Amino acid sequence: MRINPIRRSLVAVLAAACLKPFAALAATWNKDGFGAKTAADALKALGAGNPLPSKDLLIEAPQIAENGAVVPIEITSNVPGTTSIAVLIDKNPFPLVAKFDFTAGALPFVKLNAKMGETSDVRVIAEAGGKHYVATQEIKVTVGGCGG
Amino acid sequence: MAAGPMKMRATLNGGVTDVRVLMTHPMETGQRKDPDGKLVPLHFIQNVTVKLNGRTVVESQISQGISRNPVFTFRLKGGAKGDRIEVSWIDNHGETNQTETAVA
Amino acid sequence: MRKFLGFCAVVGGGFCAAVLAQDAKKEIQRYQQMIAEGSPVELFELQGEELWKKPQGPNKVSLEKCDLGLGAGVVKGAYARLPRYFKDADRVMDLETRLLHCMVTLQGRKREETAARVFGSADRPSEMESLSAYIAAQSRGMKMAPGLSHPKEKEAYAMGRALYFHRAGAWDFSCASCHGEEGKRIRMQDLPVLYKPEHARPVVSTWPAYRVSTSQIVTLQWRMNNCYQQMRMPEPDFGSDTTVALILFLTATGKDAPYRGPGTKR
Repeated sequence: MRINPIRRSLVAVLAAACLKPFAALAATWNKDGFGAKTAADALKALGAGNPLPSKDLLIEAPQIAENGAVVPIEITSNVPGTTSIAVLIDKNPFPLVAKFDFTAGALPFVKLNAKMGETSDVRVIAEAGGKHYVATQEIKVTVGGCGG
Repeated sequence: MAAGPMKMRATLNGGVTDVRVLMTHPMETGQRKDPDGKLVPLHFIQNVTVKLNGRTVVESQISQGISRNPVFTFRLKGGAKGDRIEVSWIDNHGETNQTETAVA
Repeated sequence: MRKFLGFCAVVGGGFCAAVLAQDAKKEIQRYQQMIAEGSPVELFELQGEELWKKPQGPNKVSLEKCDLGLGAGVVKGAYARLPRYFKDADRVMDLETRLLHCMVTLQGRKREETAARVFGSADRPSEMESLSAYIAAQSRGMKMAPGLSHPKEKEAYAMGRALYFHRAGAWDFSCASCHGEEGKRIRMQDLPVLYKPEHARPVVSTWPAYRVSTSQIVTLQWRMNNCYQQMRMPEPDFGSDTTVALILFLTATGKDAPYRGPGTKR
């Protein structure tokens, strides 16, 4: 199909106009954190170098995942005043998987599906009152299982 | 390429609104090869925003480590039937999509 | 090699069982439940609905006039009553065979071209996959009740049952070689004994399904095709009497289960 060049440029202008408000909305994406190749570097980029272990940070996830393509992870923070939750998978090529900032109106809860290349610790970081808290769970990935 | 469909459900349960949102997206890691052996370029959603009655309540930054066709559940305090929930995403190519629903 | 080892485990019976602790089994069940709760399968239902309503083929008409057994255009509850005998085609058809029939007769499309790419990929799902997800979803909560009264339905059921136990091919395999006694598995997957109703019910009530390992909808025609390939037998034709008979036999064995799919599989 041939596209009229004038129409094409019009489409481009419209697309640009439509994209603008979203560009403003997408201002934050922690390039250093998501680009980090170790969990320690990712934590540094998040400003969470030395998080305190907390029993109020709950991870609900299977201990064994039959397939690393989809590993369901549910996180609830009962740490009072939680404003953000981050998820890291230590052995993934880029450990930081997600970070969620909650404002008044949202509960510090999220359920997601993550990819896991191999068996690894899953580390969850919550931020509350300027402090960072951590909870960890190992998830075994059994792609191939018994048969290799 | 037009973004594939999204689907969302927002349900009120005992004073808490569960927002479950589904997004069509390949979430390419940049490390996968296509059937011709060529590397499929990195292509993934970077930001997901949840709004309640026009006000942002969750700002998410995500990576290519989220599974293909992402599914998220968020929880909002209170909320009432009919409240408007909007979810939008933008990926690393600048493609976007959004959907909205009323709390049921 | 990997596939072969998988088969060794099946043939060897207890090989994996010894390794697989009861706890692990419970965790796998939890995994399966969690992926089902967080499944993107509804996205495919939406795409299927779009395809159902999209004018296609030389006749430029949608499939909305397609008779899935409950009358032209009736989608609600249709999947729960399939496979069944269709007078206009004078044969028993499952959902996918019927959809292909409608694409040919209503939309005027060529059968060979339409059936050329019925099994898709994550990047390019096939229309048969998305359509199956959409139509099956419209039977949620309804009891599976395939056609079993017409002589051709009875004939297909008997043929399906015979095929299930019929050993053939280079490895002298039948469906029952893997799905014939309890306690067998491939890797971590328990293999259902599909001639037993209690095993067939959870299966027929959740297919077609989203498969997380390939990020696509898999259908029963695909399942039959893939099992035949794994048994090293010639690939059956899409919508052949063989695959339809097997699907009828399985669905009839699992009948009365309320449909709760499309499901989500590993």
